[in-house]
Amino acid sequence: MQAEQIEIAGFLSQYPPFSHLPQDTINNLAQTVEVAYYREGDQILRFGDPIHDLFVIRTGVVEVYRRNGELYNRLTEGEVFGQMGLLVKNQVRFPATAVQDCLIYCIPEQYFEQLYTEFEEFADFVAIEDSARMRNAVAEQANPNDMTTSKVKNLLHSEAVIANRNISIRHAAELMDENNVSYLLLEDPELQLDEDSDDGRIVGIITDSDFRSRVLAVGLDYQTEVGEVMTTGLSALDHNAYVYEAMLMMLRNNTQHLPIVRKQRPIGVVSIADILHYESQSSLLLVQSIFRAQNREELAQLVPQVQDCFVRMVNEDANSHMIGSAMSVIGRSFKQRLLELAEELLGEPPVPYCFVALGSMARDEQLIVTDQDNALILDDAYQSDLHQGYFEQLAEFVCDGLNECGYAHCSGGIMASNPEWRMTLAQWEECFSNWIDNPDPKALLNCSIFFDLDGVWGRVDWAEQLKSFIARRARRNNRFLASIARNALNRTPPLGFFKDFVMEKDGKHNNSINLKRRGSAPLGDVIRVHALAIGSRAQNSFERLDEVIEAGILPKGRGQDLRDSLEFISMVRIRHQAIDIESGNEPDNNIEPETLSDFERRHLKDAFQILSNAQNFLKYRYHSNRSGESL
Amino acid sequence: MKLRKLPAFFPFSQPGKDWQTEYQRCAEQANDAKLKHFYQQGMIGGHTPLSEVPFVALDLETTGLDAQRDDIVSIGLIPFDMRRIYCQQAKHWLVRPLPPLNSESVIIHGITHSDIADAPNLNQMIEPLLEALAGKVVVVHYKTIERNFLAEAFKKRLHEEFRFPLVDTMEVEANIHRQLSRSWWQNLLGKKSFSLRLAASRQRYGLPHYQSHHALVDAQATAELFMAQVRHHLSVDVAIDTLWR
Repeated sequence: MQAEQIEIAGFLSQYPPFSHLPQDTINNLAQTVEVAYYREGDQILRFGDPIHDLFVIRTGVVEVYRRNGELYNRLTEGEVFGQMGLLVKNQVRFPATAVQDCLIYCIPEQYFEQLYTEFEEFADFVAIEDSARMRNAVAEQANPNDMTTSKVKNLLHSEAVIANRNISIRHAAELMDENNVSYLLLEDPELQLDEDSDDGRIVGIITDSDFRSRVLAVGLDYQTEVGEVMTTGLSALDHNAYVYEAMLMMLRNNTQHLPIVRKQRPIGVVSIADILHYESQSSLLLVQSIFRAQNREELAQLVPQVQDCFVRMVNEDANSHMIGSAMSVIGRSFKQRLLELAEELLGEPPVPYCFVALGSMARDEQLIVTDQDNALILDDAYQSDLHQGYFEQLAEFVCDGLNECGYAHCSGGIMASNPEWRMTLAQWEECFSNWIDNPDPKALLNCSIFFDLDGVWGRVDWAEQLKSFIARRARRNNRFLASIARNALNRTPPLGFFKDFVMEKDGKHNNSINLKRRGSAPLGDVIRVHALAIGSRAQNSFERLDEVIEAGILPKGRGQDLRDSLEFISMVRIRHQAIDIESGNEPDNNIEPETLSDFERRHLKDAFQILSNAQNFLKYRYHSNRSGESL
Repeated sequence: MKLRKLPAFFPFSQPGKDWQTEYQRCAEQANDAKLKHFYQQGMIGGHTPLSEVPFVALDLETTGLDAQRDDIVSIGLIPFDMRRIYCQQAKHWLVRPLPPLNSESVIIHGITHSDIADAPNLNQMIEPLLEALAGKVVVVHYKTIERNFLAEAFKKRLHEEFRFPLVDTMEVEANIHRQLSRSWWQNLLGKKSFSLRLAASRQRYGLPHYQSHHALVDAQATAELFMAQVRHHLSVDVAIDTLWR
């Protein structure tokens, strides 16, 4: 008869992977344990030494290192180590040292193997590394809700129907009839294509309703070229966008057809009928209210509704991409309405301009706690002595208005109201060339925010032009890539969570952790570097990742890891902001570790680990000395 | 509170007795075959360093504190060495005491009348107990209880003396405290009370809180405490005869 080890069994049953085991198994397991004691500073596992136990920390803190001596993970009560060594040739893979006195429960190899064979959950837990654990966590989180998981590409029933803009209206109608579609995309075969920014030759669209109003109603000759009556200045949506974004975009542009593109090339068109059943009343209504507001006061009164909308989406299990884009559409709508109001007040602009959103709004990753980052692109005909006054007033009206609507003034002064950030298109191009060709690391520190930009009002095509300029220019510039890669290492993830405080990598502890500063922002930085390296024009981090993965510059699986950890960190951030709002507190990005669930705590650690690995890879890949390498 | 790292020192100035010779003498004198066999398995020499000593942590729960009047109700033991504590070889027995349980002791150790109604008499446990202790140095927290109760139990049942080497973690802790308090330690602590109880001693080494008054849990807790004491204040090279009694 073996003696019952009540203390050990009671302890093990609280922590995964043991908590998944049946009580009988835990009781038996507890009887096989060997207990070891290590002093602070003792090396527990040495690289390459034989290993025959799984180690469970009963008390104390253990640091696990990579072979090169770099900190890999910091573990505490209830966490296990040594599993990789046990699974691979019984040789220690990750050396471990006690950084506080430790009492360790050691589970001998043969019992470990028994658990590993008998219990799938146990095997999954110990066999898969942080990244795979992360993936499971994200999958567990996602509720298979159509709204949140369905991408527009799933709504496409047929290939895009494309015709030459020179064909007759009659021929166009025949083609639509043959293909059973209510639109035609029209291309100009003679359009010269720029090799670097290949946007295809699509120049417009014609729809059923255009035939009604522009052809039949005015009695147009059927032999007229269809290009004469088409709608130009098309908005298109990437095939990876969510159905939800398509709805908001249609609403914003007041169209019923939306071309869906893959790398700037149309692969189909989504109609309003396709997405009717995905309708989400709340945010649509809010966007409508924004456009109906008659002045700044009325806009400011909508702030509680923005928060409600945010909380509702969280409660409906929307994912972070969806919430980020919805909040960005809402933020963009505020800007657009404010600009409309400003123009009503100040009169027509003396020269054309483009109001640009920067940072999280441009990336479609805006959340509830955000300050405004924006700028103005002015027509090259701009003359400061003549036009400065107008744009100064316009920018001040918009920036102050945004401030009233919950988008605080940017503390770094990156706002259109700052004369420094009102430049002509030519000046902007020169400015970006300067940053890219002479990357002064200090200057780049603040300006990485400019590399996420999106036109929201006016000549938005200028913003596209600027984006394409940046993508071309940055792509092959190794010195620049090395500089922004270095900048992307400035914000490091916090590697260990402990009972009631956070242990930073530098050994200091803090009682809260800024999930934006230490999590999603550095992840965004890493992704931006890769995106610039491959000349991607995508702005959203998830879309950038898609293109980065496709470009094949990351080791296999790493891109998916990054996606999972960005999604997980963002969702923890989002949920805590929603909880703050619901409990009447001011939402922020600071998470108190003690308010996290065990699930969140453990998986956040995994997510931070992935970020840390990704930063290491960045160092290796964009090393400035490897200037001969082509990307 | 956690102890700081200090240079190793010897807690006792006088070495303990030579238990190797003592076992040889006992083996000749013992009448009971079981006991004779126990002593014949011998004991390590007094100069053996702690790193090579086979230990067994032992704890008894009793009906009271008086070895003459009270008796043992449970025995927990667990073998260990300076590397590991081996739970797989742990033992825990309930035994039926000679005097009936009184309600006070039930409150302390939680073992009730019905628990021991079917428990064997200690007579039946003597053999497995001797087997578990043979050749090993016993470690207890507060040696008076274990030493007196076992001696008394053997006297009553086998009418023989039972002698074995003991290391007392309470005594070790008291010596550490005494040596430390001679110097800066006392100033640091002021006149703060310094509990030598098992739970309080463990706390000073950052060892986890265990539910006490379960013989096996207490035995394991004692083994862990001893490992911590050695690693903090002594050395695994210290000879066992500086510690055993």
